[in-house]
Amino acid sequence: MNERMAGLMLATIVGVLLIVAVYVSLPEFGSFPLRNIGGNRENAIGQRILENAPRETGSGNVVTGVVWGYRGYDTLGEATILFTAVVGVVALFRAFGRRRA
Amino acid sequence: MSGMSIIPKTIARLLFPFVAFFGAYIVVHGHLSPGGGFPGGVVIASAFLMMAIAYGLSGLKRESALVRAEALETAGGVAIVLLSLLGISLGLNFLQNVLPTGFLGELFSGGILPFLYLGVGLKVTAGILLVLLSMLFAFGGEE
Repeated sequence: MNERMAGLMLATIVGVLLIVAVYVSLPEFGSFPLRNIGGNRENAIGQRILENAPRETGSGNVVTGVVWGYRGYDTLGEATILFTAVVGVVALFRAFGRRRA
Repeated sequence: MSGMSIIPKTIARLLFPFVAFFGAYIVVHGHLSPGGGFPGGVVIASAFLMMAIAYGLSGLKRESALVRAEALETAGGVAIVLLSLLGISLGLNFLQNVLPTGFLGELFSGGILPFLYLGVGLKVTAGILLVLLSMLFAFGGEE
């Protein structure tokens, strides 16, 4: 019982600390950290993509513009990862089902 | 695994077109609004999963269902790669947006992006469905 109370208190303290830390370190709503490129704040990569993605990729959704327009190779790899995961799960559960049947 | 009683069966049957249609909407509007092929495919797969749980697996043939889902997933992946190779065949880069981008905000805009997301939607739907069906068959099928 004592151990349980100590564990509960520890979990509560750690949880409150985490919440406070995240709350303090979060940027303001709607803003994102700008990175200086060549000492020029206007050239931050996020700001550039936000401004140019609809014109350059023709996609109203900037996330889609990044995912398939600027980083197509990355998304192709993501689809391959999904394929690999599916193949692994099916191989595992097929053998399991066959042994049970 | 046999099906549930008539209440879940009726609810699943009535809800299925709406859930599947909503998933298709998320996939098709991936280049206009939040969403895309990955979440939309999961929504469509969940519609099929709802039917599978409510009606049971007794009406499904294990091998043919799994093989069909596999074929659909492979078709999605092949469609993505073929669309990517379209740029090379025209002398441009791999995955380059070769089609005209049209007017911003219209359904037929963005060049190859919506078609890539259609391929991803097919792939994710079939892939998630394949995982779930093989788990269901392994733990409760063949009865």
